[in-house]
Amino acid sequence: MKILGSEITPYKTYLNRRKFIKGSLASTMLATVTTSAFANHDSDLSIYTKNLNENDKLNSYEEITTYNNFYEFGTHKKHPHLNSGNFKPRPWTIKIDGLVKKPQTFDLEKILSNVTIEDRVYRLRCVEAWSMVIPWQGFQLSELIKMAEPLSSAKYVQFVTVFRPEEMPGQQKRTIIWPYREGLRMDEAMNPLTILATGLYGHEMPNQNGAPIRLVVPWKYGFKSIKSIVEIRFLDTQPETSWETLAPWEYGFYANVNPNVNHPRWSQGTERRIGEFKRRETLMFNGYEEEVAHLYKDLDLTKFY
Amino acid sequence: MFSTRNFNRSKPVLFILILFPSLLWAYQFVTGNLGVNPIEKLMDELGLMALRLIIITLMITTLSNIKSLKSIVVLRRMIGLFAFYYVCLHFSTYIVLDHFLDMQFIIQDIIKRPFITFGFISFLFLIPLASTSTNNMIKRLGFKLWKKIHYLIYPVAILASMHFYVLVRADKTEPVIYMGIIILLLLHRIFKRLTRPQLAQ
Repeated sequence: MKILGSEITPYKTYLNRRKFIKGSLASTMLATVTTSAFANHDSDLSIYTKNLNENDKLNSYEEITTYNNFYEFGTHKKHPHLNSGNFKPRPWTIKIDGLVKKPQTFDLEKILSNVTIEDRVYRLRCVEAWSMVIPWQGFQLSELIKMAEPLSSAKYVQFVTVFRPEEMPGQQKRTIIWPYREGLRMDEAMNPLTILATGLYGHEMPNQNGAPIRLVVPWKYGFKSIKSIVEIRFLDTQPETSWETLAPWEYGFYANVNPNVNHPRWSQGTERRIGEFKRRETLMFNGYEEEVAHLYKDLDLTKFY
Repeated sequence: MFSTRNFNRSKPVLFILILFPSLLWAYQFVTGNLGVNPIEKLMDELGLMALRLIIITLMITTLSNIKSLKSIVVLRRMIGLFAFYYVCLHFSTYIVLDHFLDMQFIIQDIIKRPFITFGFISFLFLIPLASTSTNNMIKRLGFKLWKKIHYLIYPVAILASMHFYVLVRADKTEPVIYMGIIILLLLHRIFKRLTRPQLAQ
């Protein structure tokens, strides 16, 4: 299975590539004014397609950036795209606290200068039974955890989304308890599949997709992949997570993609891949069984869903 | 004072207005203009339209208590039948487009998922309502029996709004508004009965 980006891009090359893409965007726009602003991505698709599974096709930039669940910008799928224009993802800092050697606040630029940005093409499976294939750019969460120097007593990692109701209109209403919180077990967080993504399709992370930095845990339902992270806490007990707090009978802490565990609203046996007409079978751990099944060999997944 | 004739005259316009969204969505669906998840969008729009029309039929009965709007009742059948039309489209989108006639899966879905169960029962209850919505049927059944059958609109409305309520993940404002309206309309009917017991006999 080709899951990991085979081509590791150093940060500098990554920046250059971004410049190149920006340049090509400008020229495309000069050439044809009527062409949609998303059209420029078609030219460099080959960078990503070689990391794809044979049954998977990349979703378009337009699909990935106009159909989002990001309740901070509203509860409809189109809201994040429409309402995120005033959000300012720079400058950005991430506070590291809890069970660490030394609590500190990192500048995002500083974090980025210490990590390797890679291409990762992942399937994203939403708990609402739809899915996409997304070419992310990011780095392994484990790299940041090493920088954070957690104590050996740290067993869990909690993530917190930024709270800026003036820039995120969805937060002006208490649809869920803000700020959004998520969490992972330490071994899940250290798994090489788990990344912090800072871009997609070679672009800086769009606001509606969780700018400037978000988690991507491809074997779990999408809501685990928390967006616009401002705080990472190391804990010795399982942290509270937003959806589990709101409806514990529907959403568990683990939220592993599992076609055999039913959800009261959506059958998890099948899914609609955005852009496809017929549903497809949902794969155990979203198709990443080989990489992550060992994490749960002692866990009853029907109880710990 | 609006006469029966006024309302009857408005029927063709209303007919086109209420029919139009379904034609528009069908056109947008075929031409790929319903967004990136068109089947979901189509199903949501059709369902919401059906629920709103069901609530409007309940409102018409209430409004007809106002003297000057008494004749508005002549619009009720058409709107009720349109509600059934949108429910049918909603349901067939689910069966055909969403699940591609996978009957085993669909039956499981209806049994296991409360919100689909609510929606399905609501649909079943609408069938006798729609099929007795002709003058001939009122005559054949007798007004009393016909009226009894048409009390089914109450469970239909309640179940349909619950179907929507359970479906929404977080911001329940819209389904709560619909439920509130339905409850108010039903309370008004109960109040009317209690204050005029002679009519109930």
